[in-house]
Amino acid sequence: MVQYSSILDWINFSDPNANPFTPFLSDNLPYDICYGLWEIIGGALAWLINLLFPDNVVSAWLLDERTMVMFALVLFMLVIFIVAFVVVLLNLWMERKVLGRLMDRRGTMIGMKGFLQCVADGLKTFMKENTIPSKVDKMTYMWCVSLIVGLSCFVACMVPLSDRWYVVNYDTGLLIIMAFYALAPFFILVSGWAQNNKYSLIGGLRAAELMISYEVPMLIIIATVSLLAGSFNINDIVNLQSEIWLIIPMCLGFIVFFFCAIAECERPPFDIAEAETELVEGWQTEYAGMKWGLIMLADYLRGSVSCGMVAIMFLGGWTIPFIGGTALPEIVFLIKAWFVFFLMILVRGAIARVRPDQILNIGWKVFMPLAVFNLAIAVMLKVGGFY
Amino acid sequence: MADSLVPVLEAQEKMDTDKMWVIWGPQHPFSHGLWTLKLQIDGEFCTDADPIVGYLHRGWEKETENRDYARIIPMTDRLCYCASMTYSHLYCMTVEKALGIDIPEKAKYIRIVADEVCRIQSHLMWLAAVGTDMGNLTVFLWAMREREYFLDLNVKLCGQRMTTNYPRIGGVRNDTTPLFDRDIIRAVDRFEKAMWDIIYLIDDSSVFVSRMRKISYLTREQCANMGLTGPAMRGCGVDFDIRRDDPYDNYDKIDFEVPVLNKDTKVGDTYDRYMIRIEEMFQSCDIIRQAVKKIEALGKNAPYRIKTPTKVPAGTTFGRLEDPRGESIMYLASDGTDHPYRLKVRSPIFTNVSCSKVMCQGVRIADVPAVLAQIDMCLGETDR
Amino acid sequence: MAQVYQSPSVEEIKAALTSEFPQVEIISTAERRVKAKCPREISHDVCQFIHDNLTFEHCSVVTAVDYIDHLMVVYLLSNYYNGVMIDLDVDVPDDDLHIQAVTDIWEGANWHERETWELFGIVFDGHPRLERLLTPQNYEFFPFRKSYKLRSQE
Repeated sequence: MVQYSSILDWINFSDPNANPFTPFLSDNLPYDICYGLWEIIGGALAWLINLLFPDNVVSAWLLDERTMVMFALVLFMLVIFIVAFVVVLLNLWMERKVLGRLMDRRGTMIGMKGFLQCVADGLKTFMKENTIPSKVDKMTYMWCVSLIVGLSCFVACMVPLSDRWYVVNYDTGLLIIMAFYALAPFFILVSGWAQNNKYSLIGGLRAAELMISYEVPMLIIIATVSLLAGSFNINDIVNLQSEIWLIIPMCLGFIVFFFCAIAECERPPFDIAEAETELVEGWQTEYAGMKWGLIMLADYLRGSVSCGMVAIMFLGGWTIPFIGGTALPEIVFLIKAWFVFFLMILVRGAIARVRPDQILNIGWKVFMPLAVFNLAIAVMLKVGGFY
Repeated sequence: MADSLVPVLEAQEKMDTDKMWVIWGPQHPFSHGLWTLKLQIDGEFCTDADPIVGYLHRGWEKETENRDYARIIPMTDRLCYCASMTYSHLYCMTVEKALGIDIPEKAKYIRIVADEVCRIQSHLMWLAAVGTDMGNLTVFLWAMREREYFLDLNVKLCGQRMTTNYPRIGGVRNDTTPLFDRDIIRAVDRFEKAMWDIIYLIDDSSVFVSRMRKISYLTREQCANMGLTGPAMRGCGVDFDIRRDDPYDNYDKIDFEVPVLNKDTKVGDTYDRYMIRIEEMFQSCDIIRQAVKKIEALGKNAPYRIKTPTKVPAGTTFGRLEDPRGESIMYLASDGTDHPYRLKVRSPIFTNVSCSKVMCQGVRIADVPAVLAQIDMCLGETDR
Repeated sequence: MAQVYQSPSVEEIKAALTSEFPQVEIISTAERRVKAKCPREISHDVCQFIHDNLTFEHCSVVTAVDYIDHLMVVYLLSNYYNGVMIDLDVDVPDDDLHIQAVTDIWEGANWHERETWELFGIVFDGHPRLERLLTPQNYEFFPFRKSYKLRSQE
């Protein structure tokens, strides 16, 4: 192993693939696609420029290995985000259609069975005027919304779709995702304060209140899963479930984690921070136009992360029991994640919004003991040698 | 340095900085209409409330002094879009009382049917509002779906969905349309089955029930003294229904039981006030069945309207009717001409909403929509 | 202390009111309805008596009628045990629009009295908060008086 001391160690390698710390090993499918794509685009560009100006510097630079890697990385970022974005749009579409059917109506009807409504909504919010109330704390106001949206996009990109479709394959992958995932409520609290609005302030405080109630049982479940797997690496957790999904020995943990995941992405019935009947829009009250559109996008990105985490931790990720890997593990994973999202929609359609004090009660008096009990079961399984 | 801070700190101690006023409205998702609720909150709890109404004040009562009696009927429909039938009924009843005339039996029963249809659709509108106030859109859309069947019955009877303009001074505008009896019995039978879907969704869900249980207790004495009327009052143990205890038209010839909760304990919470309306809807179905049978027994050619004089003798009188939301009264002072001298409308919500100060004290912010949903706000009749 | 009737009949109400207050004039009675008239000096006492001794727990309406030379305040009071209603009329002279408020007896009369004040200008003495309710706070007229003409009436 090469001693890793700073980020420069990674940058200074002349051949990135020889670098033991590189996330882009040869089994990273999106990177391979992007590298191949840039080989075509960059090669064509270099050839064209070379036709006009023979033996020029730019063509040689474009065909250099390090340049190729750089542009391939730029494309890689785009591909990863676009895939996450499309998955979220499909989530949104599914929510609208399924919720519509639950309520005896049709849901959205614009183009492609209603899918294009997302595009219409995006364009509409994009064309709205960018209004900023005069009495808000402008810097905090803008920074908070940027950080909330940015962190949500970041976390959504971090969730691997399969053992070949990922950004980084760290040994602490699960921890990193959960850490960045849990950051948003702090910015919600700050933005609620920055907006100079009583509704926003109450909404921000409620977001903090919500966080202290679900975060602890959620982290206990994560500890339990990684205890069984013996690792925080997502690949290891998925491989652990190659024969039997963790939902079977840990059904209690699944239930607790599922509801905590709903609370984490602030979906109904746990959307107390933006409860529209009492707080208008809660902490989002003063955000208008595209800022609000981006916040909605961030909400759904977080929802898709929640579903992905449930699928990874309890439903065997991208593997199928007794069959193992398939030709398209990404699709297997997404189908599981969408199924979890479908359950979330059912919960949303069936029950009312919970009161803040009731969430605290559930979090500390129900979920917490269940999570600890679940941990005890996991320890027994581990000691008994089943895992 | 420290000394200079002392007056500041003293002033801070005197100031009540723990409490703040939050103003809900006039545009707010919980206020179904234009009104404002000023809430004083201490942390998560409400300590005081101050409702402000009047954004929709049109001078309705003054306007009626300018019109002759028959031309006021369409205006009464506009008092409340949910209870338009009961208000026109009440107005016609009041004028008939002032004229001292008795209307045909058939008209009375048709009015009862129309009233109860109106009550059911008004309660379904309330149920839809409760759904959104609790944060569940499924209840909203399911209740609105059921409501459509009763609006269709209104169309069948008088050609309009909501502003019906159906009762007339001296009877009703037209006889029941062909097959109306069959359709209404079908709709009622269907409704009684479909209603259980919504009841299962709400009453079997511990989230819904725990949102409404044990908050905002009101005693029987409080209800009576504050003037809280209607289903909210019967949920808190007041055993009084104008249809039974002060019968108008032919309600005394119909056999029905008034649902009253907490008759013994004489104190009710929000869930009781919710429950009573659900029971009332089933009760209304029962009344409709009986009244339809009576209409059938009267035969097809029975008169449904009589001619009435246009001028009302001088004097004062008042009519009283059980609105879906409570006790409605119209007080009529006439001076012998064909215009009313003064027509006063007692809107049940006007008084009920003044009770929100008491109802909101001590509940959490998140409970306020659930508590005030039981008032069933309608601003057209509150502000008049 | 006079006798307390929980569920008084029309005749009992008539007898009790006239024996307690000789100035009270029973104008007419009908089934479950009593119409009475009393001078404004004793209106509060009559209301208190009706509430305490006749168990009229609910004040349905407080309103007024403008008869140009005088105004008439109307109380519609109802009994929750048998559905009897008392229609109590009190005349108020045009030049001295004062009457004792009944909000201390029936809390429900609060908004009705506020409304009557802002629409007719009758001052209810002892009312806890006599402010404009339906009309704007800076409104200067009493719009339901007969002297306030609508455009088509002029």
